[in-house]
Amino acid sequence: MSQYKNFRMMKGKVSFLLDNKATIVLIVLLIVAGAIFVLSTGMGDMKLSPLAVLKVFFGGGTEMETLVVQSFRLPRIIVALVVGMALAVAGGILQGIIRNPLASPDVLGLTGGASVAVVSFLAFFSDQNNALTVSIKWMPLAAFAGAGFIAMLVYFLAWKNGVSPIRIVLIGIGISALMQALTTLMMIMGPIYRASQANIWITGTVYGSSWSNVAILVPWTIIFILIAFFMVKNINILELGDDIATGVGGNIQRHRFLLLLISTALVGGSVAFAGGIGFVGLMAPHMARRLVGSSFGALLPVSAFIGAILVMLADLIGRTMFSPLEIPAGVFTAGIGAPYFIYLLFKTRNA
Amino acid sequence: MKTAIETKNLTLSYGDSIIINELDLQIPKGEITVFIGGNGCGKSTLLRSIARLLKPKNGAVLLEGNAIAKMSTKDVAKQMSILPQSPIAPEGLTVLQLVKQGRYPYQTWLKQWTEKDEEEVTKALKATAIEDLKDRPVDSLSGGQRQRAWIAMTLAQDTDVILLDEPTTYLDMTHQIEILDLLFELNEKEQRTIVMVLHDLNLACRYADNIVAIKDRKIYAQGKPEHIISCPLVKNVFGMDCQITVDPLFGTPLCIPFGKGRCILKEVVL
Repeated sequence: MSQYKNFRMMKGKVSFLLDNKATIVLIVLLIVAGAIFVLSTGMGDMKLSPLAVLKVFFGGGTEMETLVVQSFRLPRIIVALVVGMALAVAGGILQGIIRNPLASPDVLGLTGGASVAVVSFLAFFSDQNNALTVSIKWMPLAAFAGAGFIAMLVYFLAWKNGVSPIRIVLIGIGISALMQALTTLMMIMGPIYRASQANIWITGTVYGSSWSNVAILVPWTIIFILIAFFMVKNINILELGDDIATGVGGNIQRHRFLLLLISTALVGGSVAFAGGIGFVGLMAPHMARRLVGSSFGALLPVSAFIGAILVMLADLIGRTMFSPLEIPAGVFTAGIGAPYFIYLLFKTRNA
Repeated sequence: MKTAIETKNLTLSYGDSIIINELDLQIPKGEITVFIGGNGCGKSTLLRSIARLLKPKNGAVLLEGNAIAKMSTKDVAKQMSILPQSPIAPEGLTVLQLVKQGRYPYQTWLKQWTEKDEEEVTKALKATAIEDLKDRPVDSLSGGQRQRAWIAMTLAQDTDVILLDEPTTYLDMTHQIEILDLLFELNEKEQRTIVMVLHDLNLACRYADNIVAIKDRKIYAQGKPEHIISCPLVKNVFGMDCQITVDPLFGTPLCIPFGKGRCILKEVVL
């Protein structure tokens, strides 16, 4: 077993099989993500060297540097990192349990549900001068509720003596199309200012993230990612199809429900604070699969780091390349992800 | 003869159409049982319901005397494994990663790869002669190798009863024999109970200790191939005229279908 390393401890009470290649890939991605994190923190109107950034992290640096890093840059970069992880893990889970490489939070209507909720929020709580009558702080809650409601609706409509993957996909696509239509309708009916406000949200941006966002999003996402990691063995068998999963003793309906719930929680959290950043949930797990194969023990963590890297990079490009213009990160997730994705597919076409 | 699996008053249906009606069946322990019957006679459906993949409309399936509907699905999985018809592995999944999934019923959050797991997986890879392929993606293998990988997964489950739904479909003749030889050996060496659906009547006669012929939602006949396979049985179960002779190598029944074709005998026998 050269490619693998047996990991056993506490007299056999704990045992895992570690994939050496995946471990190496994971370490490399961890370093890359760390590097982008530091680089990104240093870039912007006020440039800081990576060394200066590290100094600030450890309590050094000038007052000005500390202010810029801590108040303006860190919250949004942390949100970008966590959102990327959340979307990638949610996408990976969905592709596994639905057994369809095209499954993603966007396709299943989760993001669409959040969009409708946000557009409605802006429409119903604005007065004639386009000023909001309630605090904008409630918008994340609306987005989360939208995603959660659509997840329940899709699950309920797909139910027929249990839910089958193909029914979830088809109903998800239907609901997703409906949500898009509703979003467009509400944007066209409202004033143009509101439409552009909604549009930025729908594209997905981490602009304006604050420490209070971080305080909610980070624990929320970490908890659900950890639960997802504990369920890895169940995703592994669901991916072999319902018959095999049942045959080896899996409780498929319960596991599928729980895993959908985890994905929804992850997507809900990230759309609430970063809007509808697209393509990450679809692409990151595919990239991970090219790098480490289909076993979810390796696939989920690798997806998570790829997702984090994608969104952090997209945000970095969006706020520096066209400065002082801010381009929403959602524009670039596809912009930088898709070429690499196509390259990977091309490179591994004969593998 | 002990009974491994028993069905009591089992009725199976898809929607309103009844597939199997009030079936009482006993499957002997430690033997190879083969279900035969025409297309759509319900033999696969019966196998699926024995494997709890299909809920019966009525009646019960007993595994070693216990109703499987009342057992936890993990406990069932420790006693009985099922290989459904033409399963598909996810892209890029390696043979080892697939075979490892057979250990699912024994795994917990913290115990995911015990020494016993490793031992059983290694044994399964060895029995199916695919040790050298263990790091290859399943989707890159030939049909026969792929089927052996799936069988290895069911073997890793380490169960007394193994159910297989048409394990030789889509395989060429060499690989069909290879798979059936493998199952025969498992039965012979380890006395595992094997229940499968086969389309080829002659191979069924050669490998089965016990044949269950299904017709009109019921069992038409059950017993040793040499006791029950006859022209009237083939006529009634498959709707085909034939001559039954003796396999010159094995002595088991050999069915030669009537029909058209080139006849190069000097004297016409028919």
